[in-house]
Amino acid sequence: MNKTALHNAHINLGAKMVNFSNWEMPISYTSLIEEHHAVRNGAGIFDVSHMSVFDFNGGDQVAFFERIFANDIKKISNDNKAIYGALLNEKGGILDDLIIYHAGDKFRLVSNCSTREQNRQWYEKHAVEFGVEVIERSDMGILAIQGPDAFNKILSIKEMNPQVKNLPSFGCMFDGDKLYARTGYTGEDGLELIVPSRNISQLWDQALSLGCVPIGLGARDTLRLEAGLNLYGNDMTIDNHPYESNLGWTIDMTDQNRQFIGKEALLSIDQTKSQKIVGIILQDKGVLRAGYEINHDRGKGLVLSGSYSPTLQSSIGLARVDQGYPKHGKVMIRNKVLNIDFVSPRFLERGKISE
Amino acid sequence: MNDVPADLKFLSSHEWARVESDGTITIGISDHAQDLLGDIVFVELPEVGQSVDAESDAAIVESVKAASDVYSPLSGEVIEVNSLLEDQPEIINSSPYEDGWFYKLNPSDMGEFDNLLSPDDYIDVCED
Repeated sequence: MNKTALHNAHINLGAKMVNFSNWEMPISYTSLIEEHHAVRNGAGIFDVSHMSVFDFNGGDQVAFFERIFANDIKKISNDNKAIYGALLNEKGGILDDLIIYHAGDKFRLVSNCSTREQNRQWYEKHAVEFGVEVIERSDMGILAIQGPDAFNKILSIKEMNPQVKNLPSFGCMFDGDKLYARTGYTGEDGLELIVPSRNISQLWDQALSLGCVPIGLGARDTLRLEAGLNLYGNDMTIDNHPYESNLGWTIDMTDQNRQFIGKEALLSIDQTKSQKIVGIILQDKGVLRAGYEINHDRGKGLVLSGSYSPTLQSSIGLARVDQGYPKHGKVMIRNKVLNIDFVSPRFLERGKISE
Repeated sequence: MNDVPADLKFLSSHEWARVESDGTITIGISDHAQDLLGDIVFVELPEVGQSVDAESDAAIVESVKAASDVYSPLSGEVIEVNSLLEDQPEIINSSPYEDGWFYKLNPSDMGEFDNLLSPDDYIDVCED
């Protein structure tokens, strides 16, 4: 089983460890709900070093990303920014979702853990044509520091480059081999630090001494769900296209000359008939879980992600449903028909409950 | 793990049973089970009057992470359920052997109690 550079630190903190795509990762340290609130109300720190990091060398990297990435990399060409989007196959199926960071003349890409091999081969296959070398950075680790107090804590870390204070949302900067980015997976302000593994313990220890609370993957999941952020493998797979996965906004066809992989297939999809991902809130007691069946007046659907929301104090989920859904619907939980409301997938905006 | 009450007996699937002075049986889940589950947010209990079979699912406990079946250590008729759990399921986390009990039953075969794991045997199961 793979271990991150912080494995011993997690064990020493008494973390419950689980196998996550063949990585031994902390699911929680104390209580998932307490950890969740720590991020919503203060600052939490996550070790997400299981994610895949890739760098690129030489060739025409912009043209390479224009080809493999469904969002348009030109949007961030001179901005020192990060851009989120999907990697599609020729059929328009989602191979993965990922973030590409671009600062100075360098690109760095972070994608999921379970898709590492698939993606590396995909990048390598398509990089040849553009003379780009793909470099998997398994020597990198990733820390996420998130929450309303996260940014203040980060600025108090001794080794931190003081220029990070100028980063806008989705802004990023390299400091040597370290990348600092104002991105995250919680719906809160904060930073992701993609740094060599040998530097990570020191950053982790300092963040903890400054009062950042260690957060496991359990709370990471409830935090991202409240923020309405998809989880690859749950909310979308290779069998889904972006329009039925709430990723239509990441498909950029503004540049009509740009031929990205999957474009032709997407053009043939009738978006008015596609299913949609919608947020659901259970109105009765119980907990929504993936796989539960949904019905509404004009169609049906399926729960993709479901959990208990510590902020809303009720069960919420993401579901893929037929279009034309009204405000209310039904979900089947263990042969009982229970009531749900359909809402925006963004249950929270900047940590506050959406109206 | 050292605080397992001596008067309880267990299933290897982490449910406990206690014989009360009136001969009824109280059933819950172990401290080890609540720790494995993490924060418990919902419990589905059997109906009073319902018959349950030993080692069959009688209740469902849901933590933030997942739903798990609760198996009945003994057969019998459910005579009371812990209604406190409806609004405060987290009591199972804080008091798994006392306030966090699930249901009581009139046992149909006390021989089943004797076949359950002793606290020491249960601890061995958990440590395997």
